[in-house]
Amino acid sequence: MTRLTSKLSTNTPDFAANVARMTGLVEEFGALAETVILGGDEKSRARHVSRGKLLPRERITRLLDPGSPFLELGLFAAHGVYGSDIPAAGVIGGIGRVSGRDCMILCNDATVKGGTYYPLTVKKHLRAQEVAEENNLPCIYLVDSGGANLPNQDEVFPDRDHFGRIFYNQARMSAKGITQIAVVMGSCTAGGAYVPAMSDQTIIVREQGTIFLAGPPLVKAATGEVVDAESLGGGDTHTRLSGVADYLAENDAHALALARQAVRNLGAPPAPSITLREAAPPAMDAEGLLGVVPTDPKIPFDIREIIGRIVDGSDFEEFKERFGTTLVCGFAHIDGIPVGIVGNNGALFSESSEKGAHFIELCCQRRAPLLFLQNITGFMVGSKYEAGGIAADGAKLVNAVSTAAVPKITVVVGGSFGAGNYGMCGRAFGPRFMWMWPNARISVMGGEQAAGVLATVRRAAIEGRGGAWSAEEEASFKQPVLDQFETQSHPLYASARLWDDGIIDPRTTRDVVALSLRAALNAAIGETRFGVFRM
Amino acid sequence: MFAKILIANRGEIACRVIETARKMGIATVAVYSDADADARHRALADEAVRIGPAPVSESYLNGERIIEAARAAGAQAIHPGYGFLSENPGFVGAVEAAGLAFIGPSAASIRAMGLKDAAKALMAEAGVPVVPGYHGARQDTDFLAAEADKIGYPVLIKARAGGGGKGMRLVEDPADFAAALEGAQREGQSSFGDAAVLIEKYITTPRHIEVQVFGDRHGNVVHLWERDCSLQRRHQKVIEEAPAPGMPPDVRAAMTGAAVRAARAVDYHNAGTIEFIVDGSGPLRPDGFWFMEMNTRLQVEHPVTEAITGLDLVEWQLRVAAGEALPLAQDEIPLNGHAFEARVYAEDPAKGFLPAPGPLLHVAFPDGARVDTGVRGGDRISAHYDPMIAKLTTHAAGRAEALFRLRQALGRTHISGTSTNLGFLQALCLDPDFAAGRMDTGLIGREQEALTHVGPPDDAATLFGALAALDLDPARPFFGFRLWGSASRRVELVSDGQLVARGLRLLGPRQIAVEDGGRSVTFEAVTIGPDWMRARQGGRNLLARVAKVGSAVSVLLDGRITDFAVIDPLAVEPSGGAAENRIAAPMTGLVRSVPVEAGSQVAKGDILVVLEAMKMEHSLRAASDGVVQAVHCAVGDHVSDGTLLVEFAPGERQPEGEEAHV
Repeated sequence: MTRLTSKLSTNTPDFAANVARMTGLVEEFGALAETVILGGDEKSRARHVSRGKLLPRERITRLLDPGSPFLELGLFAAHGVYGSDIPAAGVIGGIGRVSGRDCMILCNDATVKGGTYYPLTVKKHLRAQEVAEENNLPCIYLVDSGGANLPNQDEVFPDRDHFGRIFYNQARMSAKGITQIAVVMGSCTAGGAYVPAMSDQTIIVREQGTIFLAGPPLVKAATGEVVDAESLGGGDTHTRLSGVADYLAENDAHALALARQAVRNLGAPPAPSITLREAAPPAMDAEGLLGVVPTDPKIPFDIREIIGRIVDGSDFEEFKERFGTTLVCGFAHIDGIPVGIVGNNGALFSESSEKGAHFIELCCQRRAPLLFLQNITGFMVGSKYEAGGIAADGAKLVNAVSTAAVPKITVVVGGSFGAGNYGMCGRAFGPRFMWMWPNARISVMGGEQAAGVLATVRRAAIEGRGGAWSAEEEASFKQPVLDQFETQSHPLYASARLWDDGIIDPRTTRDVVALSLRAALNAAIGETRFGVFRM
Repeated sequence: MFAKILIANRGEIACRVIETARKMGIATVAVYSDADADARHRALADEAVRIGPAPVSESYLNGERIIEAARAAGAQAIHPGYGFLSENPGFVGAVEAAGLAFIGPSAASIRAMGLKDAAKALMAEAGVPVVPGYHGARQDTDFLAAEADKIGYPVLIKARAGGGGKGMRLVEDPADFAAALEGAQREGQSSFGDAAVLIEKYITTPRHIEVQVFGDRHGNVVHLWERDCSLQRRHQKVIEEAPAPGMPPDVRAAMTGAAVRAARAVDYHNAGTIEFIVDGSGPLRPDGFWFMEMNTRLQVEHPVTEAITGLDLVEWQLRVAAGEALPLAQDEIPLNGHAFEARVYAEDPAKGFLPAPGPLLHVAFPDGARVDTGVRGGDRISAHYDPMIAKLTTHAAGRAEALFRLRQALGRTHISGTSTNLGFLQALCLDPDFAAGRMDTGLIGREQEALTHVGPPDDAATLFGALAALDLDPARPFFGFRLWGSASRRVELVSDGQLVARGLRLLGPRQIAVEDGGRSVTFEAVTIGPDWMRARQGGRNLLARVAKVGSAVSVLLDGRITDFAVIDPLAVEPSGGAAENRIAAPMTGLVRSVPVEAGSQVAKGDILVVLEAMKMEHSLRAASDGVVQAVHCAVGDHVSDGTLLVEFAPGERQPEGEEAHV
């Protein structure tokens, strides 16, 4: 076991510039987060509170054990996607401790467009359910939503991963023994009515929560019956007459306490299937994480500078240190949890790919969770490498990553480009959680490469017709492509579309990974069966 | 020496006597009332005998029962403690008649000192200065008014058989004399069965200084120096000290000499106290003190005398009662340093010192003070008895240091569950006149408002209370972790009947802000120990003692105790919704009985309809108090599931006299 030490000089202008840039980014995201966390505008929040309802985040902290962490998913979801602001896509999701158990909490924010479901609201809800299902986390739905956002119904209702999938997931999770609890703290109309109806246990707040397939206006339109919302689908009706809800709460605080009680009765949390050891803080300073990444993305940095700052005692047992050196692999502990770390120190070559596949096999044998630290421009290109079979070697890594049954956590600390994203367990490869640093970039290739490719094709076409293409013309042709890639590879663009689970302050990487791993340990680690490795 | 004694008392004094007896190898028998079945003194004694129900007249004042208990247990002597039967000559006679020793003076001595006017005459004869006044038998108003004129106003009217401030009236204006006299007579009659009064000159800046005396059956009488008990509230001593501050040797010699003469005049043996009223308007003078009364028992405040002499007065009592001579001669009795005693009571200074009996959820005393107490955490201060919780005594070489230690000890005493005078006692310790030794019996009355002021709970106490209430430990890993921003939640506590709602923002490791509206106070280095909590705020280092018992939290911070009740959201009372007001048939059945009609007043739980279904009778009851609005069924009706039977309006039930509901 080697204790990693930093080789960075912290008193150089470069380091200071790195820190300044990263600090600026962190502050930028911090400021944005602050507004998102507020939820709807002041008027909506005041109206919400005036009805005796707690604000969504207050509901969550009261539901959680006091002081519990809350690993929030998709905070920046929907940012800048729809014309108007839909903070957090109108639903707060994350993992926190309730009565001593890690639970997935999904809380509609009625101060944001009445808590209605935009396409990304649905996507976020489904993502949270996926996390719950993969990690065996009881689900608590704090429902306060007007249902589907009607102007967007075509992108909310009909498809496989649309609204109906929520209830499909509830049924399937319940069948797997993953508890589903709903707390109806506001509207729960139409399709939304199935959230409580599909739950194992449902709590409803008197004169506040309503559940009905059709609200009073639609009932009147359809049948002429005039009925008020409370009689139609209020707490009294549902706990006394319909049985749709099981517990009648007097107010939000009471309802949340009843939910905590319901979780308490689930019994002890599952024991982790691997041996943990006592956690130890890293020997290297977490603040240094702000200065690791150079301001110029073309300048490489040593991934060990990050590893040493997030693992217990900065202790890292590196595997095949002398072989395939552009991929750093090794064993460590994070918060006492054994973990195999795979990190990039350059482009992926055949050797590094094979080394990665080998290491993943080791981790699966030992049931050690995997942490991918992505900073990858891609697999090496060129005739030499194609001839050397890099496609097959890369496929071995992709195969191992895809089939590894141990929990996988991915953190993008730099670039995430092209097939490198695949080999390093990008979103498509089912990491339990995927986090991004504020400086990260994600796209099929770099903007310059993309613009270069398009320009080359274009120039060939023009020159093939005997035409001429000046450097200025080429530059102005490339600019929109560069702009597009810059915008679309930005972490906020990615996070808004839920290509990741969130953007994090680099200094919290260890905590975020630790909480991700702790969540993952709620599910037993299964046996891995790899596919055919092309030899 | 006795082999076994019975202690005819309860509380701290019973415990105190048991401790000395145990030290001397004497077995102890406690007596207890039903209210004291779990009391500390009962647990401490070797044996314990139940003597009756809670009221004192049926228990601790039941001399016959106590003597019977002593005989049955084989005790050879009875220690009366203070109060109760301690100064009852009839009891002394009965004890002795039963062949037991009374650990105290003779019945004759008690009787001689018991009637104030006779005692004063006796003292005057013995050359002990007495306050000018009328102590005669004539009780008609005009005559007494004339005597008051002769003595000179202000005057004090006292019930002849009185004590403890009862039957006592101060008259400053002759016009008020008649009304005051009537009041004193009435109280004397009701409290002591004797309406007779005496009239005395009232000293305007009086100090209360008393001399501890001890006599044996061999003719020896000594004094054990004086105590100053000038800090009084309505004639109840609050803080006592020994020796008296500013006591010149010649005045001490005069006072102690007079005290010994007084004791000799009644042939006194065992422990006693001669109380003097002293002119405190200037420096103490050999001619500026007057005899008030003699207490023919061990005093509550005897620990200060024990502190400065290093003696055990209860041991002396036992030795003298067993016939031994006094252990020390006068010139062998030391006077070392200075001592204070504070009496901690279950009372509410902010509410006029109203007694505050109730449960003591948590009781913890600090080191550095002698603690005499009869209670433990979990005990109850009973409304039947004196609400004293403990006496704290400190001793040091000098007065300032002893007083500092007293304040420190009071500030570190943690009692929760009921109100106490701990804050008041600490404020008193800080009073500049008291600190300088310039006090008189009116000091507390003059300063009462400042001494009893209590502000709202401060942010630090609220933080600690909230942490305990929520079981929130900032040392836990990932404490309040959020990807961005910080965790925050509202916490609602009840303190002193007031809702204290604050926001807690968990800013980072061990860092918490208390938010109230736009106001925010940040606490750093918040650390939780087993029974304490620490934090830093601004330049202040805060250390609190924190106790949690069930849903009650008590915080002792900077000498102030704040009790919080935690609101349990699950304990919410269900409110009657609209549907509870429409009583429908829960299933198809036959109406068997309808004991109400429209307009009937019903209480919660009253039967509205009895339905028979599935061979069972089902009673449909009112969910709350209220009035029946309409009845939609009659006996014999077959009703189907969901049929509306009775409409009901909840509300305050109109009182209908004393009618009872069965």
